[in-house]
Amino acid sequence: MGDQSVYALNKVNLDIASGEYISIMGPSGSGKSTLLNIIGLLDRPNSGHYELDHKNVTDLSDNQQAQIRRKKIGFVFQSFHLIPRLTAAENIEIPLILDQVPPEERQPRVNKALLDFDLQSRAKHRPAELSGGQRQRVAIARATILRPAVILADEPTGNLDHNIGAEVMLLLEGLVQTGTTLVIVTHDRDLGARAQRHIAMRDGYIVTDEI
Amino acid sequence: MTLRDILLLSLKSITSYRLRSLLIILAMALGVAAVIVLTALGDGARRYVANQFSSIGTNLLVVIPGRAETSGSFPGAVMGQTPRDLTLKDAQLLGRLPQVRRYAPLNVGVAELSAPNRLRDVTVLGSTAELMPIRHMKLARGRFLTQGSEHSAQIVLGDKLAREFFPRSSAIGQRVRLGENRFLVSGVLAPQGESMGFNTDEIVIIPISYAQSLFNTSSLFRILIEVKRHSDIPSAKISIQKTMLQSHDGEDDITVITQDAVLDTFDRILRALTLAVAGIAAISLAVAGILIMNVMLVAVNQRTTEIGLLKAIGATTTDIRRLFFAEAVWLSLIGAIVGFLLGQFGSLLIRLAYPLLPAWAPVWASIAGITVAFITGIIASTLPASRAAKLDAVNALSKR
Repeated sequence: MGDQSVYALNKVNLDIASGEYISIMGPSGSGKSTLLNIIGLLDRPNSGHYELDHKNVTDLSDNQQAQIRRKKIGFVFQSFHLIPRLTAAENIEIPLILDQVPPEERQPRVNKALLDFDLQSRAKHRPAELSGGQRQRVAIARATILRPAVILADEPTGNLDHNIGAEVMLLLEGLVQTGTTLVIVTHDRDLGARAQRHIAMRDGYIVTDEI
Repeated sequence: MTLRDILLLSLKSITSYRLRSLLIILAMALGVAAVIVLTALGDGARRYVANQFSSIGTNLLVVIPGRAETSGSFPGAVMGQTPRDLTLKDAQLLGRLPQVRRYAPLNVGVAELSAPNRLRDVTVLGSTAELMPIRHMKLARGRFLTQGSEHSAQIVLGDKLAREFFPRSSAIGQRVRLGENRFLVSGVLAPQGESMGFNTDEIVIIPISYAQSLFNTSSLFRILIEVKRHSDIPSAKISIQKTMLQSHDGEDDITVITQDAVLDTFDRILRALTLAVAGIAAISLAVAGILIMNVMLVAVNQRTTEIGLLKAIGATTTDIRRLFFAEAVWLSLIGAIVGFLLGQFGSLLIRLAYPLLPAWAPVWASIAGITVAFITGIIASTLPASRAAKLDAVNALSKR
């Protein structure tokens, strides 16, 4: 307050290797979401820099950052963020549309994703007609359809009951097996403990970072 | 995003928000339809007048006594003279001009027409046999005034009068009384209805000499002159003025009206009127544009999280702007097409209700209506579209 600047993140120095499975934990306001947004190129740091794939992407233009998000980063949100008027298949197809994949290539890729996430029978249903677990599976299918190197998940099980949440976690952890980097932000200690590397944050600082 | 995908995705959101889209399309359509129907009315009136004129004959010149326009000092007025009357002699002089195909002197008045058990006031035209071809009149039965019939007491009845006076028998050959004189009915006009505010079904036509004695005058109401070719009109007009100047001792006291001049004036007035009415209708298009802007702004607000999501998964600001822009383009395009059809349908209804009025919307009005609708929609969508594109992804996503 007053003259003193408030830092959402302070002296954060983080290296993430390709294929790592990391959980970021901390109380509300600890800066974990801000950190995730910076990793996901949704937010820019006021100072400091961020390298993705050994390239400094901090000062790229909005449209260049949008392209990197499209190709290299997949988001999974607590509240799914599916487009309500589109069917499950159409929601999964959106990244392909944004990436200008020709229509004839899209259909087989969407079908494969529906199959991978066990959604074939729900393909023509809108989000309102899907269960929470199905919605999150659609969201994961959408996040992975362009085979991004990084999946960023913000409380991915926050709106799901325990068993469904566990299923969704298995799906996400399955992606790690294929070499995808997975970063999960969560309040849930059990969930956080499943990751290979645990980062704890408080007041914008990384308090612990242990494997 | 390719253009095809942008069009498909935006069409999908239009069909999802059905009520919203229907209302916008309706507003747009009513605006376009108003432009089309009102210009159809205006242009219909213009064509109606033009048709009326050509039904009188297009190669027509009308000579009327007196000057219709003031031209500085008028010597006759100073000398205490009144403008001279037009006479039969003038008509005959004009009839000899080389450009003239035929001419008809005309007197008009009201007199009492009577037959046994029947009596009423009628409009009387006094003229010659030439009146029929000049005014494009048609006979139902009998003969018109015959050539050289100036001194035989013939009368031609309008269709309605013939039926009123002789409901059971043919009027031809019957005797009627007009004023003090007795006439023999030689012909009956075909029903024509209104022509230039003049119902030919309720007139009688008698030879000019009888009309002059009936109305106790030696002057003419006007002289109708038909020239041989349309291109003769200007030279005929000059010749007529010269002839009359000589005949009236150097006094320029007649006016020659050409069809073209009158028609031009009507044409100009009605065109201006049509444009004005179209302009007023176009205001409703502007209102529709504002409605589109309003609804699109609401849509941007409603879909904030969706926009944030699209940005998070890699949509560029251009993609977002184009999506909302395309939505407005669809709405105004569909609205314009519906409005065009609605307008054409409205014009059709007018034509069915008033067969005399050729209420066809001019092509320019349809094109202008659709174009204005389209441009309004596009302009109205730029602000909401760029507002959507500028949304901050993090804030947009955190809005639940």
